[in-house]
Amino acid sequence: MTTRIFGSGIKRREDPRLITGQTRYTDDFQLPGMVYMVVVRSPHAHARITSIDISAAKASPGVVAVFTGQDVPLPGVPCAWLVPGSDLKTPAHPVLAKDTVRYVGDGVAIVIATNRYLAQDAADLVQVSYDVLPAVVNPEDATKDGAPLVHDDVPNNIAFRWVASSGDEGVDNAFNEAAASGVVVQERIVQQRLLPTAMEPRSAVAQWDQFAEELTVYSTSQNPHIARFILSALTGVPEHKLRVIAPEVGGGFGSKIPVYPDEALTAWASMKLGVPVKWTETRSENYQVTIHGRDHIEYVEMAATNEGKITGIRGKVYAGMGAYLSTAAPGIPTILHGLMYSGAYTIPNIRCESIGVMTNTAPVDAYRGAGRPEATFLVERLVDRLAAKLNMDPVELRRKNLIPPFENGHNVAIGLTYDSGNYEGALNKLLSIVDYDGFRREQAAARQQGRLLGIGVTTYSEICGLGPSQVAGAVGFQGGLWESAIVRVSPAGKVQAMIGASPHGQGEETTFAQIISDELGFPVEDIEIVHGDTDRTPMGWGSYGSRTTPVSGAALVLAARKVKEKARAMAAHLLEASVDDIDYADGKFMVRGSPDKFKTIQDATLMATLAWNLPAGMDPGMEASQFYDPPNFAYPFGAHAAIVEIDPETGTVALQRYVAVDDCGPQINPMIVEGQIHGGIVQGVGQALCEGVVYDENGQLLTGTMMDYAMPRADMFPTFELDSTVTPSPHHPIGVKGIGETGTIASTPTIYNAVMDALRPLGIEQIEMPLTAPRVWKAIQDARAKGGA
Amino acid sequence: MEKQLMTFHVNGETQEVAASPTHTLLEVLREELDLTGVKHGCELGQCGACTVLVDGSPMLSCLMLAIEAQECEITTVEGLAQGNTLHPLQQAFAERGAAQCGYCTPGFLLSGAALLAENTHPTRDEIQVALAGNLCRCTGYTKIIEAVELAAERMRSVSEAH
Repeated sequence: MTTRIFGSGIKRREDPRLITGQTRYTDDFQLPGMVYMVVVRSPHAHARITSIDISAAKASPGVVAVFTGQDVPLPGVPCAWLVPGSDLKTPAHPVLAKDTVRYVGDGVAIVIATNRYLAQDAADLVQVSYDVLPAVVNPEDATKDGAPLVHDDVPNNIAFRWVASSGDEGVDNAFNEAAASGVVVQERIVQQRLLPTAMEPRSAVAQWDQFAEELTVYSTSQNPHIARFILSALTGVPEHKLRVIAPEVGGGFGSKIPVYPDEALTAWASMKLGVPVKWTETRSENYQVTIHGRDHIEYVEMAATNEGKITGIRGKVYAGMGAYLSTAAPGIPTILHGLMYSGAYTIPNIRCESIGVMTNTAPVDAYRGAGRPEATFLVERLVDRLAAKLNMDPVELRRKNLIPPFENGHNVAIGLTYDSGNYEGALNKLLSIVDYDGFRREQAAARQQGRLLGIGVTTYSEICGLGPSQVAGAVGFQGGLWESAIVRVSPAGKVQAMIGASPHGQGEETTFAQIISDELGFPVEDIEIVHGDTDRTPMGWGSYGSRTTPVSGAALVLAARKVKEKARAMAAHLLEASVDDIDYADGKFMVRGSPDKFKTIQDATLMATLAWNLPAGMDPGMEASQFYDPPNFAYPFGAHAAIVEIDPETGTVALQRYVAVDDCGPQINPMIVEGQIHGGIVQGVGQALCEGVVYDENGQLLTGTMMDYAMPRADMFPTFELDSTVTPSPHHPIGVKGIGETGTIASTPTIYNAVMDALRPLGIEQIEMPLTAPRVWKAIQDARAKGGA
Repeated sequence: MEKQLMTFHVNGETQEVAASPTHTLLEVLREELDLTGVKHGCELGQCGACTVLVDGSPMLSCLMLAIEAQECEITTVEGLAQGNTLHPLQQAFAERGAAQCGYCTPGFLLSGAALLAENTHPTRDEIQVALAGNLCRCTGYTKIIEAVELAAERMRSVSEAH
C-alpha cells in the first residue's frame, strides 16, 4: 500500500450541508396535514391527581384532540438495564401519569391542535387538580426511614443495591492494616446533577399510514434500532412495519439514548388520529424532563502503605435515579461505575456498593462518560488526598501505582481485562509538555507572594466500545451490543456503506469513509456512509459509550475486507492468474511481477455485477455484510493536567493551561479526534467549575433555563494543548479505541485537583462542585477565619 | 390573532408572507419561509442558535417580532454564501472542523460573520466576547475560535490585495 487516507485530518464530509443550513433535523420536517402535540406537565414534584378537566381545552380553537392517561392504552416505557443480583425494583413508568405525579414535568395529558401555538394555548386550559404530597430530592436522605416514598412498591426508595468486590475479606483486611500501620484517606463526594443540554431539543414526528399499516417515526435518537424495538413493543406495530429515522441529530451526550413517553405518545397519537403528529420539546421541558446525569453522593476511601503503595479502595454510592428508572439508568452507577475503581492503577482490593435511589426529580441516565467520570473523579481525588497526607508529590504517587505497560490484556482486581495501555508513557509525555518540575518551582515562588497557583494531574483509563454481547447479557442489559455493516459497490464504482450505529455529530461519515478508502482504494468522494434509518441500514445498537468506531467501525472494516477478497478473486479470474499471485495496492489488483497487468476494484466490481463471466462458485454482485460482536471492551487512556490560578479576593478560578495526552490507538482523523477531546474537556470543566442542577426541597427545578444553569461559554477557556500516544487495541481489526468520552472522564478531577492544589496553603481540602467563585471565596474566608495562611 | 401581510427582505430576495403579528422572526423564517437553517435552541434568547443578521447586526430571532424586521435586510445561514462561493468563515469552519452536530453552527457563523464584517483584525479576546452569546455543547469552542481567526486572516489578505 502506498497511500493512506487513514490518519489524515481531511475535512468533514458532513460539513457542506451543516455550514449552509441545507439539512433537516427532526423539527425541520413539515408533513402535509400534520398536527402538533403538546404535553401538559405536572407543576408539582409529588402529588395525587384528584381530577382532570379537559373540556375547556377541547373547546379551544384548532384543537383536534385531548387525551389523558385514562385514554392512552400504551404500556409504560421499559427500563432496559436490569442489573442482576441487585434486588432491582422497576416501578411502572406510565406514558402519562394516571393518579400520581412524581416529578416536576411528569406528563398528565396531551393536547393536539392544528398548530403548536393553538396546542400550547389549549394545554394551558387543561385543569388538573392535585393533592400535593411531600417530596424527596436528595438521594441519601431518600433512603432514610420516614422519607416520603416516590413509589409505594419501592421501600426506602431503594430501587437496587449492587456490590462489586474483589473479595470483601481482602478489602476489609487492607483497610484494617492501613488503619493500623499505614494510611487511609476518606472523602464524601457529591457528584452534582448535570444537564446534558444537547443544543437540539428532543423532537418526534410520527406518520401512520393506515392503508399500509406502517408507522414512520422521525426521532432525535442516538439509536434508532433500539427506538424501533421499544416503540414496536409499546405500539404493537411489528418491527418490519415500523421505520425509525434519526435524521440530522443535534447532539445527544446520552440524553437521546432513552425512549421517553413523549416519542411513544407522538407515535400513538398519529395512529389514533390518522394524521402526522409532531412534538418538539421546549428548552424548559428539555431541562425538566430529558434525562439528567451524575447525581451521586459517595462515601469513598483509599488505603495505602506509608510508602505510598495503594492497597485498597472502596466506596458506597447513593445514586439518584430520579422518579422513574430510565432506559439504561441502573447500569450507569453500577457496571459502568464500580468496575472502573482500579483506574490506571494496580489496586489489589476493590469494593463498590451502589444504591440506586428513587427521588422526586427528573430521571437520571447516561450522560457523556456515564458512571466512568464519577469513578475516575473519586479515584483521582483519593490519590491526591493520599499524596497530601503522605506529603508526597501526587505525580510520584501515581507513578508508584500505575499499571506497567501491557499490549495484550491486563487483569485488574475487580474482574475486567484491560486491552492495552502504557500509562506511564502518556504521563511522561504530559509532564514534559507541562514542564511539571518547572511549574512546581514557579508555584513555590508564587506561594511566597501569596498567590494561589495550582496544578492537577490525572492519569486515567476508561472502559468504552460497549461491548461483548455475552457480557451485556451477563450484566442485565436487555439488548445486544454488536454492530453490523453492509458495504455495497455499485456497478459504476461508487460505494454505499450502511451501518446500524447512528452518529450525531461525531463525524463517522468522514472517518468511516476513510476506513473504506484505506481498505479498498476508492476515493473518499465515492463513498457514502448511510446511517440513522432503520429501513436503510442493518441492525445495530446505536452510538453511545464511545462504541461507534470500536464496534461499528470493526464491522465496517471486516465487511470491506470481504469485498476486497471477492474483488481480488474476480480480478484474478479476469487476469487469468491465480488468486495467490495477485498483489493489491491503492485499489488495483496486479499480477505479481507484472504490475502493468492489473484490474482496478472498479473493473472487478463491474464485471462481478454484470456476471457474464464469473469464476466458478462466485455469486454476482460486489457486496458484503458483516456482524461484529467485540471480544472485549476498548480501554483508551491518557494523562491530563490543568494549571489554575485563584483570585483570593473573589474566589474566581482562572484556567491558565490545559494539557491533554490521550491514547485512543491509531487516529483515523486527527482533526476529528481533537474535536472530540476539546468538547469532552469543556463538558468536564463545566462540571468542575460552573454546571449544577439545583432543586429546592420541594422538588422545584431552580436551574430550569440556560440563564440559571451555567453552560460553559466561548470566553472561559485557554487554548487546549493536545498530544497523543498510540497504543493499538489488540482485539480491534485496525486497533482503534473510542475517544468520545475521555475528555469528560479526565477533565473534572484534573480541574478539581488543580483548584485544591492551589488552595492547599490555606488548608482547604474540599469544596463541593461546581467550584464557583462564591463557593471558593467562602472556603477561603472560612479557612482564614480558622487561621489558615 | 388575524394574520397580516408582511414583506421581508431575506437573503437578497423580497418575500411576502401572511403571518400573525405575534409571531417571532424565528417562527416566521422557519415556518413560513422554510428557512430551517435558523435553529431554535431555547426561544428565550439564551443560546444564540437562532441568530440571524438584521441589517448586518446579529440578532436573536427568537426575541424579535417578525413584524419589526420588515424593511430590514435579513441574512440567514442559507444566504451567507455568495452564489456558490462560501463565506470565508464557512470555508474556515470546514477546514478547522468547527462544526460537529451542526445545530449551533448557523448561529455561530452569523455572529462570527458580523464580527468579521466590522473587524478583520480581531484579537482572541474580541472573538471570544463576540461568540460568548452562542452556546455549543460539542466542540468546546476551540475550533470555532480558530476558524474565525483563519477567516479573519484570509479576509485581511483579500482586502489588502485590493
